[in-house]
Amino acid sequence: MMILGTDPLLSGNVDLTVVLIVLMKVGIAFVFLLVAVMLMIWFERKLISDMQNRIGPSVAGPWGILQTLADGIKLFFKEDLIPERSDRFVFKLAPYLSLIPAFLVFAIVPIGGDFRNNNGGIVTWFGHETLVQVADPPIGVLFFLATSSIAVYGVMLAGWSSGSKYPLLGAVRSSAQMISYEAALGLSIATVFLMSGTLSTNGIVSGQSTWNWNLVTTGVVPFIIFVIAGTAELNRPPFDLVEAEQELVGGFHTEYSALRFALFFLAEFMNVITMSAIAVTLFLGGPNGPILIEAIPWIWPPIWFFLKVGIFLFVFVWLRATLPRLRYDQLMDLGWKILIPASLGWFLLIAALNIANDQGWQSWIVILIGLTVISVGALALMAAIRKAKMQRASQAFEEAN
Amino acid sequence: MELAVFIICSAIVLSGALGVLIANNPVHAALFLVETLFGIAVLFILLDATFLAAVQVVVYAGAIVILFLFVIMLLGVDRADDLGIEPISGQRPLTIVIGSSILGLMLTTLLISVSGPTGTSTSVSEVSLGGTNTKNLGGTLFHDHLFAVELTALLLTVAIVGAVALARRLKGPLQPLPILETTNDERPSPEDNGDVE
Repeated sequence: MMILGTDPLLSGNVDLTVVLIVLMKVGIAFVFLLVAVMLMIWFERKLISDMQNRIGPSVAGPWGILQTLADGIKLFFKEDLIPERSDRFVFKLAPYLSLIPAFLVFAIVPIGGDFRNNNGGIVTWFGHETLVQVADPPIGVLFFLATSSIAVYGVMLAGWSSGSKYPLLGAVRSSAQMISYEAALGLSIATVFLMSGTLSTNGIVSGQSTWNWNLVTTGVVPFIIFVIAGTAELNRPPFDLVEAEQELVGGFHTEYSALRFALFFLAEFMNVITMSAIAVTLFLGGPNGPILIEAIPWIWPPIWFFLKVGIFLFVFVWLRATLPRLRYDQLMDLGWKILIPASLGWFLLIAALNIANDQGWQSWIVILIGLTVISVGALALMAAIRKAKMQRASQAFEEAN
Repeated sequence: MELAVFIICSAIVLSGALGVLIANNPVHAALFLVETLFGIAVLFILLDATFLAAVQVVVYAGAIVILFLFVIMLLGVDRADDLGIEPISGQRPLTIVIGSSILGLMLTTLLISVSGPTGTSTSVSEVSLGGTNTKNLGGTLFHDHLFAVELTALLLTVAIVGAVALARRLKGPLQPLPILETTNDERPSPEDNGDVE
């Protein structure tokens, strides 16, 4: 099928070995994600307790590493409640709608492979050439955007079908937040497309094989926007208004218990991992890195990949331990008035530079003109926002008197 | 293989479309609509139009139906509608007439036309001809049909400006949006269907 795209495994004869290799890849990705989530939850709790001068989980297993397993088993055996006022079918459906997209995204992430000498990440397994990723669809990163827009359904329907007010408020908040930040996320990814000239994740990683990571070639700004918008998309602190305990009890999953709650929990942490993996793929060169010991070259790309993902996971936990939650209007202001205009402006600048390269124009003149246009636009936007604020304030003042 | 995918997808699309019509609860209808859109996305993939498939999911399932759901939830119309009263008299017979005539029109086109109902397959092969179809689609839109694209963009901008102008209040006190008032007392209906008051 075309959707599996450029993987050389499927271009030739599809025999039993090929099917088994594909199944093996899927199995590895599945088990890897589950184990990674288990470790991530432990890592987060341990790290946060270190940052807050506590001990954290310490009883189950060495350093409390089995705590998540214990919690999971507990949740599995708890009584499963379905509220009387809920919409039963949708209530049961919603956790799966958030879990499945979380699983699917990881399929397009290359976690290893030989990217040296324009090799395109091709490795040979059991006599077949293949890529170290489950699928490499030609739409690549658009698949990630599509699944992340599907993930909104899980949250939204969970809140609505619970039939109670706090989950509904949480769901409305979160879907508004996720839709708003998806625009900024997509625009920051679009600059990567411009630089790489392809949508395929394998192509994007191949394009970064000589230390020319997209982090640098797109000029850092899209990366920063991606990380901020990604954090908001994940509903992680400081953007976790969705489950602001003081206001909404537990947010959209207030009414969920036992296994269904565990599925939401799983999806949430899995999304953190896949978002980090996507960020590494897009901006930090994916599994690219120096081969330190030539005798075992195949082991280094996965090591670099997991190291880079680990840095992101650390940063996400660090943000949670450090930053206070944003107010709702601050959240919307940041998304619509700063991130989207900034990413749009930067996108236009990168596009202009690309054209300048094609036409052989002086790139510094293009940069100068581009930055001038962007700052004029920014000034106009700021003036408009300021005017609107003044107008509202004076209206409120008139009403008060 | 292709035939099997086509049949399964058609079943999904048609059952979703039927569900949109039959479902009493607007939220369920919206979910059936998502089912239909997904089926169509898979059909696009079957035609090698992968970019269109992705856009179908991102734009329609990811944004438009979400907005539908948003409106349904915020306005609190997510209970089964009372179908006993006809809001505009004569509406239902008229629906039958118009619906059957459109169906008849489409069927005639399907049965009579010489070179297939959608013409020859040049347009599809043009988009998926070699390379990535994203590139070809971009070329088609921004080289050959640039004027139409710009015109559409202008139209959408006008629509946004219009919406802002309508939503804007020049006089009156600064009021919070009526979200909190409407969301407090709404809830999904206890049953999937029925519940006609």
